[in-house]
Amino acid sequence: MKAHLDQNHGDIEAYLKSQEEKGMLRFITCGSVDDGKSTLIGRLLWDSKMLFEDQLATLASESKRVGTQGGNIDYALLMDGLQAEREQGITIDVAYRFFATDKKKFIVADTPGHEQYTRNMVTGASTADLAVILIDARKGILTQTMRHSFLVSLLGIKHIILAINKMDLVAYDEKVFKEIETAYLKFAEQLAFETITPIPLSALNGDNVISHSENTPWYTGPTLISHLEAVEVDEDLAAKPFRLPVQWVNRPNLDFRGYSGTIASGIIRKGDGIVEPASGQTSTVKEIVTFDGNLDEAVAGQAVTLTLNDEIDISRGDTLCALQKRPATADQFEAKLVWMSDEALLPSRNYIIKLGTTTTSARVTALKYKINVNTLEHTAATTLQLNEIGVCNFALDKAISFDPYLENRKTGSFILIDRFTNATVGAGVIDFALRRADNIHWQSVDIHKEARSAQKGQKSAALWFTGLSGSGKSTIANQLEKKLHAMGKHTYLLDGDNVRHGLNKDLGFTDADRVENIRRVGETAKLFVDAGLITLVSFISPFRSERQMARGLLDEGEFLEVFVDTPLAVCEERDIKGLYAKARAGEIKNFTGIDSAYEEPENAEIIIDGANTDAEDAADEIIKILAEKGMI
Amino acid sequence: MTGHQLTHLRQLEAESIHIFREVASEFEKPVMLYSIGKDSSVLLHLARKAFYPSPIPFPLLHVDTTWKFREMIEFREKIVKEYGLDLLVHINPDGVEQGVGPFTHGSALHTDIMKTEGLKQALNQYKFDAAFGGARRDEEASRAKERIFSFRTETHRWDPKNQRPELWNTYNARVKPGESIRAFPLSNWTELDIWQYIYLEDIPIVPLYFAKERPVVERDGMLIMVDDDRMPLNEGEVPDMKSVRFRTLGCYPLTGAVESTAATLPEIIQEMLVARTSERQGRMIDKDQSGSMERKKQEGYF
Ligand SMILES: Nc1nc2c(ncn2[C@@H]2O[C@H](COP(=O)(O)OP(=O)(O)O)[C@@H](O)[C@H]2O)c(=O)[nH]1
Repeated sequence: MKAHLDQNHGDIEAYLKSQEEKGMLRFITCGSVDDGKSTLIGRLLWDSKMLFEDQLATLASESKRVGTQGGNIDYALLMDGLQAEREQGITIDVAYRFFATDKKKFIVADTPGHEQYTRNMVTGASTADLAVILIDARKGILTQTMRHSFLVSLLGIKHIILAINKMDLVAYDEKVFKEIETAYLKFAEQLAFETITPIPLSALNGDNVISHSENTPWYTGPTLISHLEAVEVDEDLAAKPFRLPVQWVNRPNLDFRGYSGTIASGIIRKGDGIVEPASGQTSTVKEIVTFDGNLDEAVAGQAVTLTLNDEIDISRGDTLCALQKRPATADQFEAKLVWMSDEALLPSRNYIIKLGTTTTSARVTALKYKINVNTLEHTAATTLQLNEIGVCNFALDKAISFDPYLENRKTGSFILIDRFTNATVGAGVIDFALRRADNIHWQSVDIHKEARSAQKGQKSAALWFTGLSGSGKSTIANQLEKKLHAMGKHTYLLDGDNVRHGLNKDLGFTDADRVENIRRVGETAKLFVDAGLITLVSFISPFRSERQMARGLLDEGEFLEVFVDTPLAVCEERDIKGLYAKARAGEIKNFTGIDSAYEEPENAEIIIDGANTDAEDAADEIIKILAEKGMI
Repeated sequence: MTGHQLTHLRQLEAESIHIFREVASEFEKPVMLYSIGKDSSVLLHLARKAFYPSPIPFPLLHVDTTWKFREMIEFREKIVKEYGLDLLVHINPDGVEQGVGPFTHGSALHTDIMKTEGLKQALNQYKFDAAFGGARRDEEASRAKERIFSFRTETHRWDPKNQRPELWNTYNARVKPGESIRAFPLSNWTELDIWQYIYLEDIPIVPLYFAKERPVVERDGMLIMVDDDRMPLNEGEVPDMKSVRFRTLGCYPLTGAVESTAATLPEIIQEMLVARTSERQGRMIDKDQSGSMERKKQEGYF
């Protein structure tokens, strides 16, 4: 891999010219701990002169200090970038490495082989076009090998190099190599890879890494580098239908309106027709604008700005598409979801979804099953834990455009973000749109909420009482309803315990069920508010995100959060229903305040000091506030 | 194969432009950290491309330590004027008041106060919620694992144990008030890519990168250029005139020169190709021990 070395002065410009034509390949390496991943990458960097003197000096001294090679250079230390990880001796995150030959530049995502780090592998695989799957020749195919293969196929990688490593330790035995090859090809039948290239290697000694090894005369296939250089991973994005997710509306002045974005797939030419499928608006391309001048044609991968011949209303999140072969536009789809957070997935909880440049709200409406990454078996599930993968139906707040991931990795993938921590908690690949949503249309009605409220001489709203069990929510809500009723107001009280006897009697107390419980009550409250009623909801509703969800169902100003703030000690002392005693005794599981969290409201409209205010006074206080707000 | 494959530099360019546009769309108050070096020159060039024909929709920020090479400042002023840029210059007033400098306070303290603290002050003062930087993953081991959208806490800390997973080119841009991200559009570029791109696109860079006779003295095995009369000389010491250039630019007393006659881009690239010394070696700040960069980053150094 003599890459860019020792160039003669006179040749340098010719050399630079040739380098401008170089392609690029992103690949991922995966293997179990100690299969030799780090050694292999260290060697690739070393051989392509991507290691420098001072890095080598550091490496040599570190090898002596913590190395596992008895004072010899331990290439693996290079890869363990972060100090903390170095001490544990295990890579725990994705590291990106770079090397180049005369033909190609390579970006390598190095991902850990350790059991719990599926999420890192999925991250590394998402941008890779090829995977090098390492196998220790002595061990053969392990559970991890199957898991890694499944994950890279899930993420849409089509090309596999099966790097059968440590051949030196099995005396470069062809039989060992063949057995592993055969077993792998059989296993991989179910995974839809386009190419699988097995190569016998010794990462440590360099056999078949760059040049053919004399130790494996029986092997006539390519070396690792020659295959990486030659492999054609171009899945022909240019041949797919045109998609340009709009990132930014470019408006330097009133005379110019352009739509900036990276072409996800296809080709666009001046004059081509385009459509924004969510709104159905169409136009034709006027110019393809770039800093380096206008283009006649642009292809997948290019970042451009399009101007159109018609004034149509397009903004960030919209997708400009070919007129023929439009993407799906729907607010429901089925997808495979990889869960990446310590906090389990809660179906029904609203998450932020980011798909391309579109951001909206989404929830899982059905978790159909989990996929066991080791056996590929399907099992029933009600939630997903960290590193679990499930097949789910999703419902979004609005219809968006997308393609199945199998057809387009750029327009068929999304991330989920927690509304409160802002953490990236999941990553999904779309299987297909669910059409059901298209067939249920809103029934428009002539008598609306305002009319119904006005007839009752009030403004309908939901008063959402939240607080610990025994905080006094229901007592206060009860008092309030009596007083409002006496004032001639129209009310309804939805009480947690009562609803659980009917509408929600199929639900238990797991986190997932609690979320569904709240969702149903929120929807019910919404209907009652629509009916013009002042609706009192008395529910522990311990999670901020669920209360937020309920708030989101109602219009601005219609949702008043009433936090009955009574310390746990006081509630437990009251223990009217004897529940705290049972929870403490372990007879009730997941009891809020004891072994399940209560997240206090951050911006409640009304806060009642539950320990020091009696129910009458609390009800009066709330009535005062409602009057001030002009609701009664 | 349709012959529509982009070259590696065009792919890198497009990725960087994509990142610029995402940040500009998703954040309320981005800023681009402009350090005047070659990576900043490339970053600026890409930013101009990303938003063309609009001007760059955010300001540039230079955290000046008052010890930058004079030619860097001249270059900065020239570029700002030529491109009509909105440039903010921040100098840590506390550091100035205390007369902090590398000779009197040592390189570590100087860098900490004038650079790290200065940067935090500026970010807090202007309430920027996203800051572009020119860091590359090939520069240093801990950067290899950093995200393109790198989350920072309210106190500007980086938590390498708690990074958001980053998939496809879908970046999580959500931050709470006070929190921010650093965005690194050059993450996947190598030093060689940078030089090739500068050559290909004819991007202006500070003349200090090209070899020329310059007055230097030797300090701790490094060639330090005597850029002004604040450089303390030993009795009877006269700076040598040597043909030198710089592989990286920062505060002149902390930046080592390399002896070289490479006065054109192809010559620099050629030297680089045969060089076996990674670029940060010219910076005193990284020399103490491996892992030091990671620590500095956690503390909020860029
Ligand atoms: N004999 C032999 N040892 C190897 C080979 N590749 C890696 N090793 C050793 O296997 C151990 C684990 O390698 P490492 O690269 O750290 O594995 P990783 O966990 O997959 O990154 C180290 O002691 C390496 O020196 C090989 O091809 N032959």
